[in-house]
Amino acid sequence: MQPTEPEIERLRERARFVRLETIRLIEIAKVGHYSSVFSAAEIFAALYYDVMRLSDDPKWPDRDRFLMGKGHAAVGLFPILADKGWLAKDVLDGYTRLGNPLGDHPDMRKVPGVDFSSGSIGHALSNGIGMALGGRMQGRDFTTFVMLGDGEMQEGQVWEAAISAAHYGLNRLVAIVDRNGYQLDGKVDDVMGIEPLDEKWRSFGWEVHVVDGHDIASLTALLRRVRADEMRNKPCCIIARTVKGKGVSYMETEPGWHLGYLAPADAERAREEILSRVI
Amino acid sequence: MNHPLSSDSWQYRELNSRNPGLDHLSNGLIRLVEAGQPVVAGSADLQYSNGLNRFAERFPNRYFGFGISEQHMVSAAAGMATTGLLPFVATFASFLGLLACEQIRMDIAYCGLPVRLVGHHTGIAMGFYGTSHHATEDIGTMRSIADLTVVSPADGPQLEAAIVASADHDGPIYFRTGRGREPDLYEVSTPFAFGKAVEHQVGEELTIIACGMPVHPAVQVARKLASRGHSIGVIDMHTIKPIDRDAILSAAERSSLLMTIEEHNILGGLGSAVAEVLTEEGIGKRLIRHGIKDTFALIAPPTHLYRHYQLDEEGIEAVVLDAIRQHGTA
Repeated sequence: MQPTEPEIERLRERARFVRLETIRLIEIAKVGHYSSVFSAAEIFAALYYDVMRLSDDPKWPDRDRFLMGKGHAAVGLFPILADKGWLAKDVLDGYTRLGNPLGDHPDMRKVPGVDFSSGSIGHALSNGIGMALGGRMQGRDFTTFVMLGDGEMQEGQVWEAAISAAHYGLNRLVAIVDRNGYQLDGKVDDVMGIEPLDEKWRSFGWEVHVVDGHDIASLTALLRRVRADEMRNKPCCIIARTVKGKGVSYMETEPGWHLGYLAPADAERAREEILSRVI
Repeated sequence: MNHPLSSDSWQYRELNSRNPGLDHLSNGLIRLVEAGQPVVAGSADLQYSNGLNRFAERFPNRYFGFGISEQHMVSAAAGMATTGLLPFVATFASFLGLLACEQIRMDIAYCGLPVRLVGHHTGIAMGFYGTSHHATEDIGTMRSIADLTVVSPADGPQLEAAIVASADHDGPIYFRTGRGREPDLYEVSTPFAFGKAVEHQVGEELTIIACGMPVHPAVQVARKLASRGHSIGVIDMHTIKPIDRDAILSAAERSSLLMTIEEHNILGGLGSAVAEVLTEEGIGKRLIRHGIKDTFALIAPPTHLYRHYQLDEEGIEAVVLDAIRQHGTA
């Protein structure tokens, strides 16, 4: 299940693409969630360019699903949807402009390839459970991946959903917690601590894995293994240890970048750093 | 220690036999499944209150118990709908239209998914269980959500007819229904059309526009007063959104007074919806809004509350005659 060196190199390049496109799109909006995408760039790349079962048709009933509890990182998803050919390039380039379907949060009615709308934190795992139940009931074997923020763990509905997924033994449901450690008001541990997170999920009846969310080789290997596991009889939670703002050094040490804007000269320097660093 | 219980004793699992009107919920769903609709149902630990246990027994693979997690249930139903299913989820109206309001807005209406939400025991039907279990604001919350159809059937048969008719209805629906003990006004076979009000009586002095439980007593009152020479109209405005504007306009044309009656706060509900139409059309007719007058209802058995808030026959008769006396032109 270990990806080969060429595969790893390609996924690294795709994660770089996600970061660069995020900078480009936020230059249009003049405000956005750079660092929330940067912590999840390898997760996006591994899922959309390796692990998920997809086809040319974004509505294919047997496709794997991807939902974002942290919908504010959608600016990192849109370039992938355009890259897949589901979204026209000129639509992508009109990000957040009047009448464009692409905003700060994803809208499934407007954007082909978005499996569920989000923006209100705490709903996505429940939405994913509904998909997993519907898939199982109709004999479809797709896997539902739900990316959750770590601040999102503070929402009560997440735990209603966690109970329910275990109760129904949803073995084709995978939650990925982007454990970047920060939320708007500061460190998650200071704002409202959520540890021990692995024990919480395990005690809720989930299989739990902890992985370095930027180590593309380990992350991809784990996701492949989890997706292929036919023996698991419970839902699976992957806690991806990540760094908020990963890829741009000053964002990595300054949590205030959850939301912000890089003026063109700074954006250019950020691009240079992303292109020169190997993550 | 077993000892024989008297025949008057009963326990929770027998509750649905005491709420026969809500049998129509399961009946409607069973008919839809038999007609080939991809129906699934869910409830939040209230399957014996809403009678969905009957649906669950008939189609165990199509029923999902969500435990006491209403918000999760609504969001999960949305996810199920994306896979081609037609989910109906039911719980007390207070916990659906109020507690899970934001999930309904974001995951059902905004996403345009054909989920059917059934808020039962609405209004003050939960009586002495108190304000936590009353829903006198759910029309207000639900009708202000874009793309959501809001329906308040007057009785069980109309609920069943509306459920069956919903097979041809795109988009999400919020059904607001009673506790299943209302006397039947309709037959299951009575045709139901979303957005088309039912005119029971035509009146010149006053027309009542009602929804839900008060429709039946309103019809009784109009008939009774007709025998005493009054001319009172009654319209069942079962669909609050989209509202039947034509029915309101023709009632305003032939009646001196209009009165809305609802088991809901008079702010934000049917009365407000009718007032909006009248104002927009520039019609200067007096509208009396009867219902719960911006207060949290008292605690009492439901029938006592209906009497107290003048939502039973006697009370409606009194407020109608009072309105005619005060404002009538005859």
